[in-house]
Amino acid sequence: MSAASTDTRDAARRPGASGASRIALRALHLLLLPLVLIGAWWLASAVTGLYYLPTPGEIAATFVEVWGAERLAADVLPSIGRLIGGFTLGSVLGVALGVVLGLSARLRAVLEPVLEFFRAIPPPVLVPLLMLFMGVNTTMKLAVIVSGCIWPILLNTIEGVRAVDPVLIDTCRCYGVRGRRWLTTLVLRSASPQIMAGMRQGLSIAIILMVISEMFASSSGLGYTIIQFQRSFAIPEMWSGILLLGLLGFGLSVLFGLAERRVLYWYNGVRAAARGE
Amino acid sequence: MLDVTGLQKIYPGQQGEVEALRDLTFDLGEGELACLVGPSGCGKTTLLKCIAGLMRPSSGSVVLAGTSVTGPPPDMAVVFQEYGRSLFPWLRVRDNVELPLKEKKLPKQRRRELSDEALDAVGLLKSADAYPWQLSGGMQQRVAIARAIAYEPRVLLMDEPFAAVDAQTRADLEDLIRTLWKRFSMTVLFVTHDIDEAVYLGERVLVMSSSPTIIQDDVTIDLPDERDQINTRGEHRFAELRTRIYAEIRNASQSATAQPQEAGKAH
Ligand SMILES: Nc1ncnc2c1ncn2[C@@H]1O[C@H](COP(=O)(O)OP(=O)(O)OP(=O)(O)O)[C@@H](O)[C@H]1O
Ligand SMILES: [Mg+2]
Repeated sequence: MSAASTDTRDAARRPGASGASRIALRALHLLLLPLVLIGAWWLASAVTGLYYLPTPGEIAATFVEVWGAERLAADVLPSIGRLIGGFTLGSVLGVALGVVLGLSARLRAVLEPVLEFFRAIPPPVLVPLLMLFMGVNTTMKLAVIVSGCIWPILLNTIEGVRAVDPVLIDTCRCYGVRGRRWLTTLVLRSASPQIMAGMRQGLSIAIILMVISEMFASSSGLGYTIIQFQRSFAIPEMWSGILLLGLLGFGLSVLFGLAERRVLYWYNGVRAAARGE
Repeated sequence: MLDVTGLQKIYPGQQGEVEALRDLTFDLGEGELACLVGPSGCGKTTLLKCIAGLMRPSSGSVVLAGTSVTGPPPDMAVVFQEYGRSLFPWLRVRDNVELPLKEKKLPKQRRRELSDEALDAVGLLKSADAYPWQLSGGMQQRVAIARAIAYEPRVLLMDEPFAAVDAQTRADLEDLIRTLWKRFSMTVLFVTHDIDEAVYLGERVLVMSSSPTIIQDDVTIDLPDERDQINTRGEHRFAELRTRIYAEIRNASQSATAQPQEAGKAH
């Protein structure tokens, strides 16, 4: 029975098709849905002729026009910088606090209800508050991003640290592994699957908050630019900004996936071994 | 070398306390290879954890080379029963073996020598760059053993290390343990529930009773020093010894079946 299932798997992995046509098939798989969606959009905007719904062609043309070197330097790069800065800060704080809380049951008991409360506050409502305290500046925008993306990272890190295998803990004690090596080799590596899962959630929250903080109070940045276009009825320009945000999110997610594959190489191996591959 | 005196361990629990060990007293000489046998659940792992300083006994004492054990002693290595879980899946085999050596602050070159020697001794030098999860259960077990040996311990504790391997691998590993023991001149305490294995391996076999646990018997294994899977196991003396220990364990579990009623009344 197991031999039969291996056969089918092998057959699936080595189809009769040659290499070139296999690549073409894969490209079709990847591109088919996007192409269909763009086609549908084109049809919709051409048929309805709505002012607010420009055709994909118009948007593409505007995109090239609007997002030139000048706007990239003035709006896009600073936005990305704040996004990455806020996300990094949120990750470092989230992991550091998460490790401390994960290791101490007493601290957890004291802080957990408070954390649950703060986590429940939707971060965008903090924008007006932070504006009052900090003014309209980079610090405020970073604070908004950190205040949103830290929670999934913090809570996942706590879970991960609590789930360290007791046999590994005993192994470290018995072989005298302690201090910094204990923290990096045992605790952080053990918790890395959960930490990465938390960071992935944190990243998408950070993108949302980057845009929102700029829409509220700013004179530059991606969010600000998109709102400006909308207010001045520059519809294709607005759409091109949304497209840029989508591409940005997609690109960051791909980069994160690559990093994750490297960091969690062992974890995927363990899981594959457990499945008996 | 190792003195265990009046050791008792009571686990606190929701459904009342569990007395895992009642009263254990024995000592191991320097360089001795002793096997500890006892039925499942009699407290073998508990005893090993108390000796390794990973757990405080409820009463009694463990003294290693004149020093009372209150935490993990520096020159003791343990091979855990759950050996697969005791390897770091994010470290390659060699890094798993060398991790304790890094903590000992040995220079890189010396670490390499020790890990080479240990991995070679268990026949895994070729797998040094593999991850533990790429190895079979028996190979993982040998990595755990290699890590213990490379640590150059004076005392080596092993908790049912061969429970999960096939008969042939098991026989090979048994011979390996004896070879390593002679070569590295350590004191070894080897836990098993397999009586044949205990007699084949040990210079001495300590028999634990079932709960409430005491040392039921202490048998000196007067078999020749050179042991051989086929000949030693075929010897008349081997059969005598294993029959004696087998009878002891049978006695122990019979008295244990009488015990719970008493314990039930007492509660
Ligand atoms: N952490 C614990 N809390 C409560 N009771 C425990 C705990 N660990 C072990 N026990 C109990 O102590 C007794 C001895 O357990 P131990 O694991 O030492 O047995 P063992 O001889 O190693 O068994 P095996 O041969 O199956 O490994 C058992 O009755 C077990 O239920
Ligand atoms: Mg056990």
